[in-house]
Amino acid sequence: MKTVCCSILGFGAIGQGVAEVLLMKREYLESIGLEVKVVAVVDSKGATVNPQGVDLTDCLSRKRTSGTVALENITGVEVIRSVDHELVIETTPTNIKTGGAGLQNMLAAFQTGKDVITSNKGPLTLKYRELMETAIAAGSNFRFEATVGGSMPVINLANEVLAGNKVISIKGILNGTCNYILTRMLEERASYTDILAESMQLGIAETDPTYDVEGIDTACKLVILANAIFGLDVTFKDVKVTGITKVTPEALEMAYERGYVIKLIGEVSRERIHVAPRLVPINHPLAVGGTLNVASVDTELAGEITVTGKGAGPVETASAILSDLIAIYGNL
Amino acid sequence: MRISMDIELKDVPGQMLLALQPLSECKANLITVLHHHQKRTPRKTVPVQLILETRPESIEIIKAKLEENGIRVVRVGEHRFRESLNVVLIGHVVHTGIQDTIDEIDKTGFAEVVDLSLSMPGINLLSSAFIRIDAVGKEDLQKALNILKEVSAKKDLLMVLPIDIQA
Repeated sequence: MKTVCCSILGFGAIGQGVAEVLLMKREYLESIGLEVKVVAVVDSKGATVNPQGVDLTDCLSRKRTSGTVALENITGVEVIRSVDHELVIETTPTNIKTGGAGLQNMLAAFQTGKDVITSNKGPLTLKYRELMETAIAAGSNFRFEATVGGSMPVINLANEVLAGNKVISIKGILNGTCNYILTRMLEERASYTDILAESMQLGIAETDPTYDVEGIDTACKLVILANAIFGLDVTFKDVKVTGITKVTPEALEMAYERGYVIKLIGEVSRERIHVAPRLVPINHPLAVGGTLNVASVDTELAGEITVTGKGAGPVETASAILSDLIAIYGNL
Repeated sequence: MRISMDIELKDVPGQMLLALQPLSECKANLITVLHHHQKRTPRKTVPVQLILETRPESIEIIKAKLEENGIRVVRVGEHRFRESLNVVLIGHVVHTGIQDTIDEIDKTGFAEVVDLSLSMPGINLLSSAFIRIDAVGKEDLQKALNILKEVSAKKDLLMVLPIDIQA
C-alpha cells in the first residue's frame, strides 16, 4: 500500500468536493494500493493540521456549521513549508489579476519538492511557463485537468489518451453559465437580463457574473489549453474575446428557425485563440444545452473527438482532481 | 440573365473604353468590373472580370464586338453563386442603416444579400438581423465577410458567424 500524504488548500465548494470524493472513494483507492492521507486542510481563516491525518468528515461538518475549518492561524504557504507531505491539492479561488494565494501556494509547493494538483485557473493563466519550469526543476508532478471543463477530460485526453496525435484545434463550450443562459433565453424567449437573474437565483451564475458572461472564464481555459496542449506561451491578453451580453432572444429565435443555436464558443489552435458567440447547427456535436460543457478535439490521425460533461460542481470537479491523483500515484 | 465574362485588355490607355462600348451598344447592364491591375497574363495582358445582365441573344453580339475591338474574351458563363454564409447581426441594426450594410455587399457584384429577417423589439432595444449572403466562390465569400466585419465594427454590431467559418 502506498500512502500519499496531501494537503487541501482552499476549502470552498471544490475543496469540500475533494474531501467528499476522498471519503467516498477510500475503499476504491485502497483496492488499487493507495491510501490518501490528508494532513492539512486550509481555508482563508486558517487550517486544521494533523500529521497522522485529519478527520475529513469532521472538517466538512465544522466548515458547514461554523463557516471555517480553521483550528490554527496558519496559511497555506506555512503548511507547505512546515508540514511533511508530498502532494498539494490547490483549490483556492481563481484570481486572474495577480494569481492570488494559489500562485504563492503552487510556487511554494514546487520549491519544497511537492507535487501539485489544482482546479485553480488564475496562476496557470498568468504564469504557466514559470510554474511549469519550477515544477520541472523540482522534479514535481503538476496536473490541472480540473481547470478546464470540470469533470470533462480535455487536457489528459489530448496529451495522454490521444498521445502521438498532433492536435490541430480544440473548439467547444467551456462555460456552463453562458450555456445555461443562452439555452434558457431560447426556451423562454426571455431577455438576457431576465435569465441572468434566474441563473443567479439558482446559483448557476455568480453574484458578479462578468467573468463568465464576458467570456473571460472561457478565454482563461483556452490559455491553459494553448499552453498545455499546443506548447504555446500565451496569456489572457493574447485572446480575442466577445461575450454573450449582447445576444438577444430574437437572434436566438431567428437562428433556431434556420437550424442553428447560438453558443459561446472557445476556439484554440496554433494560429489563433478566440472566444465569441457562434452559430452552431442544431445537430452539431457542440450543440449541447443546459449547463453542459463540450469540447471537440481535432487531431491529425484520429480526426475529431468530442467529449461532453458537467463543467462545474464540487463533486464533478473533484472527479478530475481524483483522476489526476491516480494518474500520478496509481502506478507507483 | 446575369453572366460573368473574363476578358483581357492590352496594357495601353483607352482599352477599358473599348471594352465597355459594346456593352453600352447592346444595352447590357454592367454590374461589376473587377480590374486586376496587379496581374498580367502570359500574353502581358491585364485580366478583367465583368459581371453583367443582358438578354441571352445579345451575348454572342457583345462577344463579337469585343473581339472586333481587339479584346480577347477568355470565358463567358452564367453567373452562379456557389457559396453561401448565414450570419446574425445584433445591435442598432436599423438605426445604423441596414440598407447601407446590404449595399456594401451587393455593390461588389461577386456577392449579395439574398435573405434578410429583421426583429426590432422596441425603440431602445437591440435589433437582430439574420442575413444570408451568396457569393460566386469561396474567396469572394471571404471578401464579402471582410466587408461585413468592417461595417459591423464601424456600427458597433455583434456579428455571430457559423462555427465552421474562421471568425
